[in-house]
This record gives sequence, C-alpha cells and structure tokens, in this order.
Amino acid sequence: MTENMMEIRDVSKIYGPLRALKNISLDVPPGQWLAVMGSSGSGKTTLMNIMGCLDTPSLGEVTLDGVRLAKLSPGELTAIRREAIGLIFQQFHLIGYLTALENVMVAQFYHSMVDEAEAFDALKKVGLGDRAKHLPRQLSGGEQQRVCIARALINHPKLILADEPTGNLDETNEGTVMEILHDLHDAGSTIVLVTHAPEVASHAERIIVLEHGRLVSDNAGKNGPPPADPAKSPGAAPANEAVGEASDDGAAIGDDAAVKAANAASDPGGLNPTK
Amino acid sequence: MFFKMVFRALTRRKGKHLMTAFTVGLGVSLATAMLGVMFDVGDKVNRELKTYGANLSVIPRGSSVAGEKYEFADEADAEGAAGEEGAIDRSGHAGHAGHSGHSGHSVQDFLSRARIPEDELHKIKMIFWAYNIVDFAPFLSTTVFVGDNPVNLTGTWFDKRMVLPTGDEVETGVLPLKSWWEIRGEAGDDSLPLGVMAGETLARELSLEPGSSLEVSTPAGEKINLTVRGIFRSGGEEDNELLSPMKLAQDISGLGGLVDRVEVSALTTPENDLARRAAKNPGSLSRMEWDTWYCTAYISSIAYQIEEILPGVRVKAVMRVAESEGTILRKTQLMMLLLTLLTLLCSALAISNLVTANIMERSVEIGLMKALGATNLSVSLLILSEMLAAAFLGGAGGYLVGLGLARFIGLTVFGTAVEVKTVVIPLAALMVIFVTFLGSLPALRALLKLKPTEVLHGR
Ligand SMILES: Nc1ncnc2c1ncn2[C@@H]1O[C@H](COP(=O)(O)OP(=O)(O)OP(=O)(O)O)[C@@H](O)[C@H]1O
Ligand SMILES: [Mg+2]
Repeated sequence: MTENMMEIRDVSKIYGPLRALKNISLDVPPGQWLAVMGSSGSGKTTLMNIMGCLDTPSLGEVTLDGVRLAKLSPGELTAIRREAIGLIFQQFHLIGYLTALENVMVAQFYHSMVDEAEAFDALKKVGLGDRAKHLPRQLSGGEQQRVCIARALINHPKLILADEPTGNLDETNEGTVMEILHDLHDAGSTIVLVTHAPEVASHAERIIVLEHGRLVSDNAGKNGPPPADPAKSPGAAPANEAVGEASDDGAAIGDDAAVKAANAASDPGGLNPTK
Repeated sequence: MFFKMVFRALTRRKGKHLMTAFTVGLGVSLATAMLGVMFDVGDKVNRELKTYGANLSVIPRGSSVAGEKYEFADEADAEGAAGEEGAIDRSGHAGHAGHSGHSGHSVQDFLSRARIPEDELHKIKMIFWAYNIVDFAPFLSTTVFVGDNPVNLTGTWFDKRMVLPTGDEVETGVLPLKSWWEIRGEAGDDSLPLGVMAGETLARELSLEPGSSLEVSTPAGEKINLTVRGIFRSGGEEDNELLSPMKLAQDISGLGGLVDRVEVSALTTPENDLARRAAKNPGSLSRMEWDTWYCTAYISSIAYQIEEILPGVRVKAVMRVAESEGTILRKTQLMMLLLTLLTLLCSALAISNLVTANIMERSVEIGLMKALGATNLSVSLLILSEMLAAAFLGGAGGYLVGLGLARFIGLTVFGTAVEVKTVVIPLAALMVIFVTFLGSLPALRALLKLKPTEVLHGR
C-alpha cells in the first residue's frame, strides 16, 4: 500500500454563513471499509459528495487515487466520477421506466459500452437473477437497493460510496445489503458508508464521527480487524468499543465523540497510522 | 441503449408524451391547413374573387360601355366609324327597317355602332400574360319580340372550345366566367343554335320552365321557335334577358361574325404606383419602367396588351374590383401567415410547459444520470430526442389532420378543393423541430443547471 485511495486535506465547505465542513483531514487507504457517522446535519452527505466528485470543497484539497481534484474541470470531474466512483443511495434512485437490467445498463452506457450479459451477471450477484425484467415499482425496497448496488458495481469502481444505503430498509433487507458490502470488502473494494445506525457502522473496520462539520472521532488504529462474521447477527452484539458506547442512544454519540475529538485534537494529521 | 432509453421513456410514459404529441399535432395541423390553403388558394382565392365580375371589359374603339353615343345615329357617322374600324359587315340588315316601328331609332343606333370581329377573339389568349387570362366571353345584344313585348336576346359563348394557332386548346365562355350563376335545368350549349337560357326574372314574367319552348319574332318579322334549356340567376341585369349561342344573335341582328363587347377575367398583380402612372399614360414611363410594367401582370399592362393584339378595341379595366381583389388576397394571405405564426408560438409555449414539467418531474432521474457520469450534452440529447420523437409522431398526425382541415377550409370558405402542396411537408417538419427546440430551451437551461447533489439526497 504505497498510496491512499483518498486523501482529504483541510477541507471546508461553506454555504453562506454556514460551514457544513470544517477543516476535515482524512486518509482512506485502498481496501478500507470506512463508516461515517454523525447526527443529522453534521455534514456526512456533504463530505460524501466531495469524495464522490459530485461537489467541490470551498477550501482544502482532495486527492483521489493520486489525482488532485482541485485542478480538474467540471467535465473532468464527471469523467472521474464515471470511471472511479460507485454510488449507492438511500432512495435507490432507479429510473422508473427502465427494468432492473436496463437500470444497470444505463451505468454501462454512460461509462462505456453496454453489455447485457455482464449487467445480468451483476444482478445475479446481488441475488436478482430472476427479477431482471421487472420495473422498479414491481420490486421491493430491498430488491431496489440491490439493483442500485449492482448498478454502482457494474463499472468496477475504485471507491464505493453508500449514503445511508439501509436507511429505507427493514432489518432483513439491511442484512442482505450488508452481506453484499462484506463480499465487496472481502474482494478488496474501498467502501465509504454513511449511516446513522451504530449496528450498521459496526460492520466497518473504521468509524469516523462528524459533529457540526468537524471530525470529532476516528477509531482508526484503535480497532482490530472487523468482527469475524458480523453479517450473521448484525447489531446483535456490540462489535467494538466505539460503537458499544453509542449504540443505546444515537444522541450520545456526539457527546462522547466530542471528548474523543478533544483528545485527538493535538494530533489532527496523524489519525491514520497507515500514512 | 440510447434508443432503448428513449423508446422506453416514450412507451412507459405514454400519457406525458401523448400530451406533447397532441400539442404539436394541434399546432402542426393548424399550421399545415393554413400554409396549405395559403399556398394553394393564392390562385384560387383570386379565381374566386374574380367571379364577382370580369375585371376587363373589351369594347370597340369609338364606342362606350354605357352607350352614350346613341344620339349620333345618322348614316354618315356610322359609315365613318365603319371605315375607321374596317370591321362592320352590314350585309343582310335591310329588313330591319320594316320593324323600326317597334323600337324607334334604337335599331339605327344599334346598327351604327362599331363592333369587334368574333374570329379574332382567340388572340386574347395569345398575349404575353395569356396564362393570367382565366376566362373571357363575347356578347352581342339584339332585341326580339315575344308577342308585342321587346325582349333582350344576348348572344354569347356558353362554353366554347377552340384551338389556338399555337396548338393550345382553350375552353372558355360565359359559364366558366360567371361560375357563380345558379342554373336550373340545363346549361346552354353552343352547338344547339336554338337552345337558350332565360334569366330568372324574365322566366317568371313569361312563365318559362326548363324545357319550355318559346316563340319569338325577330325585328325582321321572322318567327323563331326557341327551346329554353335552363333558367339562370345572375343577380345582375342578365336576369331580364335571354342568352343564346352567338350565332343566333348574329343571325337575328344581321351582324354575322361580330360581337359587341368581351368580358375578360384576368389574374392580376395588385396595382402600385408604377401601374397607376402607366394606366394614365404608358408613354410617361422610362424604358426600364416600361419593361417592368409590361412584364408584370398589372391590370393596366394586360389591358394594354389586349389593345395591342386586337386593333380597334378599347380595354377598360374595372379597376375597383381589380384593386380590391389584390388587396383582399394580400390581406387574406397575411392573416393566414400571422395565424400560422401565432399557432406555432402557442404550440411552443405549450411545449415549453410540458418539457419543463417533464424535467421537473424527472429531476432526480436527470441528477442520477449526471451522477452516473452522463454529460450535460448527453442528457439534453436524451430529453430532446424524446421530445422530438413524440413531437414528430404528433406532427405526422397533425399533418394528416391538417390536410383534411385544409380541404374543409378550402371547400367551406373558398368553395374549392385545396391540394396541399408537398412543399408543406418539409415546412411542417421544420415547424416541429423549431417548435420543439424553442419550447425546450428554457427547460434545457434548467437541466444544465441542475446539480445532482441537490436532487439525489432527499433533503
Ligand atoms: N446546498 C446547500 N446549501 C446550503 N446549505 C447546505 C447545502 N447542502 C447542505 N447544506 C447544509 O450543510 C449541513 C450539512 O448537510 P449534510 O447534508 O451534509 O448533512 P448530513 O450529515 O448528511 O445530514 P443527514 O443525516 O440529515 O443526511 C446542513 O446544515 C445543511 O443544511
Ligand atoms: Mg445526508
């Protein structure tokens, strides 16, 4: 591991009087599964958009796989997004008048060339081989999310960004989705997962917490490898210390995290041991 | 894949796109009808308008339409006129004197007037503007007696066929010239010398019906048995007359081969300054102006050309009619053009609303495509293709409806079947593209500005 997949240096995002992100610095090594937590409005989606080249920071620098994004034009950012990023959304965002298979093929189309067989394989991988010809409204929420995942994966992105992928799903479907993410992780994908739910975050090997746009907690290095098989009973048992503290009360995360942030404040650049 | 997406969007979002198709269809159908009528009816409007009367009246020089010359009825004058015109054949009129008691000195006047030789009339169709001469018919008025009452009998061509020296065949006469006449029974026939048509008023007075026979006596005292083939209503003075084949009137009056006057209906270019100056005095024009005038279908230049080709005639333009014809036609066409433009503008506005609604509704989908790496161009193309596809579908339908509409307008408004010219097809296609692009423009701007981050995370 010579280089980080993503390097974020002193990034701020300013909306008028509001600073949605404040001097965030973060490195994500290749193959890491990172969970981003924080209360509503803390800047998780904003950070995710910047990572996914959907948005640009007001201040600071972002480097994706060795490429400094600040120097790129909107068109080049679009190209990077097309090549390197897989996006998974809380609301799935499937195109209503296209079948599951065609929804996957749209991503191929805007990336390069459509390949129906490959798209079908991707659907089979998420367990939807028999649903390929269904329209989104004929699919359950979990199935739709799996189509969304298949679409995100079809072009072999370097980085998978999932913004609350389980936010609209029940527990069973959440389990299925987490299983797929585990498979991806095992296959070496770099994953950034935004979530409110501690038991979802617990699947990740590293958890950071945002509070009012500040990075207040990062368990990188404190954690061992992820639990041996968390998918079997997601959230059933606290997987690690950091999540265990917060799992009973979401609102408490911020407070606890603030303390941790204070501890870590003296060494903001050295959060990541792999650097 | 692109076409698949367009196709799916079209077929699975039928309702919305049907609205688009319908809107475009409506616009195109009206525009097609208007343009079709405008292009084709140009001539036809003119033809219809000219039916309100001939716009040129050909009379012998030294004569007048109103007949003010009746006072100069002495032999010498008539002889003089005859010498001048060199066209009067007075053989066989001796018998008229016997009947002069009936009609006073008008028979004398009648004989003394100059006339036009019938066998030269075809030349009217050989002037520079021959193709603008729509119809013409000669007239020769005589008097016959039914019992003791004098009745006007006018000889004319009903529907005469002739072959010009150029080989062109011409068919003309009073029936095509006065195509608005209402005829009961059968129309007159130039080959039936004793078959006449009776004006409605006269027919009522004499209780004539189609098929009646009518005995009249000539000024010479000869009795002739006529057959009334049909009754016509012209709305004019002719309603008091009998219309007969030319030969009969010539025989009765003893004026073989001659006619009194010719009415000509010509398609003309609206008068302008040049035409008005030329009408006063063609000599006042410069060489260039004269050429321009001569080679334009002004009523005055057509009149001039007829005078050139028929020596001894004077051609009077019935100016008021000619001018209003031009003006009405121009105004009608202008109005149609305006209506067409307005129609298109309305369609564009409606389309604009539809496209905007379409893009609003699909903002998430568009944001998603952009997030997946679609460029602005490709998303715009997708939306435009969808719109164009729906628009062309509607446009094709609209064109067909427009054809029907044009026919309908042609028949009800102008009383003629309109053939929509093929040039309207590319025009209609252009209109579809124009309307769709124009309508889509504001929405496309919104599309370009749309940021995926603003629509993808349900805030
Ligand atoms: N385009 C924008 N203009 C102005 N303010 C914005 C914009 N986008 C985000 N914000 C603000 O920035 C802050 C962070 O927003 P963000 O969406 O990143 O929060 P979040 O952590 O994803 O919240 P949630 O958990 O509710 O999704 C919020 O206060 C939000 O109102
Ligand atoms: Mg969010």
